[in-house]
Amino acid sequence: MTIAERLKKGLARTRATIETPIDLLRGRRSWSPADLDAVEAVLLAADFGPSAARRAIELLKHNGRAIGDGGRDAMRELLLGEIRRSLECSAVAGDVHACPRVSFFVGVNGTGKTTTIGKLAHVRAKEGHRVLLCAADTFRAAAAEQLEAWAERSGAAFHRGAAGADPSAVLTDALRAARARGHEDVLVDTAGRLHTKGNLMAELSKMARVAAREVSRAPHETLLVLDATVGGNGLVQAREFARALPLTGLVLTKLDGTAKGGVAVAVVEELKVPIQYIGVGEGIDDLLPFEAAAFAENLLWC
Amino acid sequence: MFQTLSERLQGVFRALRGRGTLKAQDIEQALREIRLALLEADVHFQVVKQLLERVRHRASGQEILRSLTPDQAVLRVVRDEMIEILGGETTPRLSSSVRFPSVVLLVGLQGSGKTTTAAKLALWLNHGGHAPLLVSTDVRRPAAREQLKKLGEQGQLKVHHPEEGRSAQELLRSALTEARSVGHDYLLVDTAGRLHVDEDLMTELCELKEIGSPSETLFVGDAMTGQDAVRSAAEFHARVGLTGIILTKLDGDARGGAALSMAAVSGCPVKFAGTGERLADLAPFHPARMVSRVLGMGDVLTLIERAEETVERGRAEESVRRFRKGDFTLQDYREQLIHLRKLGPLDRVLSLIPGAGALSVDSEAGEREMRRALAILDSMTFEERRLPSIMNGSRRKRIARGSGTAVEDVNRLIKQFTQARKMMKGLSGGGKALQRMARHLHSYR
Repeated sequence: MTIAERLKKGLARTRATIETPIDLLRGRRSWSPADLDAVEAVLLAADFGPSAARRAIELLKHNGRAIGDGGRDAMRELLLGEIRRSLECSAVAGDVHACPRVSFFVGVNGTGKTTTIGKLAHVRAKEGHRVLLCAADTFRAAAAEQLEAWAERSGAAFHRGAAGADPSAVLTDALRAARARGHEDVLVDTAGRLHTKGNLMAELSKMARVAAREVSRAPHETLLVLDATVGGNGLVQAREFARALPLTGLVLTKLDGTAKGGVAVAVVEELKVPIQYIGVGEGIDDLLPFEAAAFAENLLWC
Repeated sequence: MFQTLSERLQGVFRALRGRGTLKAQDIEQALREIRLALLEADVHFQVVKQLLERVRHRASGQEILRSLTPDQAVLRVVRDEMIEILGGETTPRLSSSVRFPSVVLLVGLQGSGKTTTAAKLALWLNHGGHAPLLVSTDVRRPAAREQLKKLGEQGQLKVHHPEEGRSAQELLRSALTEARSVGHDYLLVDTAGRLHVDEDLMTELCELKEIGSPSETLFVGDAMTGQDAVRSAAEFHARVGLTGIILTKLDGDARGGAALSMAAVSGCPVKFAGTGERLADLAPFHPARMVSRVLGMGDVLTLIERAEETVERGRAEESVRRFRKGDFTLQDYREQLIHLRKLGPLDRVLSLIPGAGALSVDSEAGEREMRRALAILDSMTFEERRLPSIMNGSRRKRIARGSGTAVEDVNRLIKQFTQARKMMKGLSGGGKALQRMARHLHSYR
């Protein structure tokens, strides 16, 4: 199943019941202020944020005449093009050839870091990599047990420390073990933390330094896990995490619900960090590579 | 930093002063500003629309058009309406049923914080003299039940935790049996996180509700949620019938407009708020404070509480006493700085103060300055901090070297400090006022 099909399947339920203003505008040669209000509502509902929505509307107004003559779908195409452009990002996805390749997963509480790691472990194991999962979330109760269950499912090796242990110490041990046993991928689960907690953010910076000491230029990949249901605060989170350690990509989770994750567009635009994966369910195969075109389409459906 | 709504409204109405009476279209301009503030805070656009309708209706009344401070008058109407949506200013309580145990069902999306909240709520009930029993019916997420069990151990809470291999329904039934036979007055039921569009799981939830006939069904919602809050809360409400909301992760810096969306669409009051990672971090919800926060008008009460948490009482009083007597030392100064830093980065502290947004304080520079001052103070010996007068040239040089600053920086700090101390000595009554303030700060809880 392609990403577009997956998303459509998830959306079918809601699409059937709610009319889509942008679809209604198809084939129209001109539109009224009320039409533009309807489009703005779609953008707002997708968590674009009021200022980005306003900019998009201005863009439509500005190009109004040209579109009016351009025939059907022009308005939709204009918006889609704009979103796809915002999502373009030339940044490279970290260091792919490092061995072991160390990947950090960071984010606020409850976005789905552990689940994402479980699914990604499956992806990389299928590619033939020897994967090690490192439970550096020593704070949340049973976080390590949860990750261990995913290690079993995906056939990855697993390393943990004692509950409440220093995450950097657990990480050091895991990296040494990975080198000794020849693991090619080390996926590091970190404790969820609110970006406003200075000491916890400093702890992340420390983990990055510790990783670099054990494995040259680690972490090679740092993925910020964002919950698609998040609102404007998503951008604030991304900024703060990027300040604590350089991000190489985003994972947008829970896209199988009705949330669109529109704030991710602003994050990509501002931080120049690409979205790499999207999460569309709780199953082991529910992690998909990101496709800008399908994502943009999804945003404009309501 | 956000310009606060009250400043924006002042701007709108200032431009209108001297024009005599206000017209309906002047109100419209104010409403546009309010709309933007609410949207920026993630309140759902349709909730915003309805709210503004009501405000428009009330604001077109004569008292606002004639008011000398129309900005304040409009704001008051907005705040009243918002507080109303959030359930009004009442002391939250959990309803109980006639027969033991009263069942409290916690529902919500994945990752909203149900499990943690369940444990927090049990602790809160415990402290209120109740004997709650916890049960997790989450057989889907790996180690979810394990998580609740461990939280229970941390908080010395009773958790119903039979061995493997049961369905959610069975778990609830056996928990009910245990609660009845042991005599627990509350049964808190943690459920698996689920999407509101997941037909199977929503059906399971209905079955759980049937089995437990809960006296409370609480929606656990993340304060950082965006526009989707409306859909999920509405769908949960339609399927299982909510009685209240618990807002989690309120210790972040999200404006939390989702609270309004959830409350508006379900018609349920927000009862509690999760304010931190410790089990004790569950507080009754204060609509008025939340409204200030959503409107970007600062949250002084939260700042006071945070200050109260970080400043230890005895030490603060000691500082204040010495403040008054004028023998405030560099040691005290250093402690003050450390406390201030504990409140969080400077720009966040400022963002909690209404109107500080307009000060356009260069918080980055302020932060740097504060860090440098601390480095200098840290490089002094205890003796030097206590008796700045012993500071000679070679000591200053050593301090500068130790803190990575120049001797001039050290001199400047000492000079500023000496001047400040002189000023304090001059203010004899001021000391008393400060002491009163400190006491006030601590009597808040």
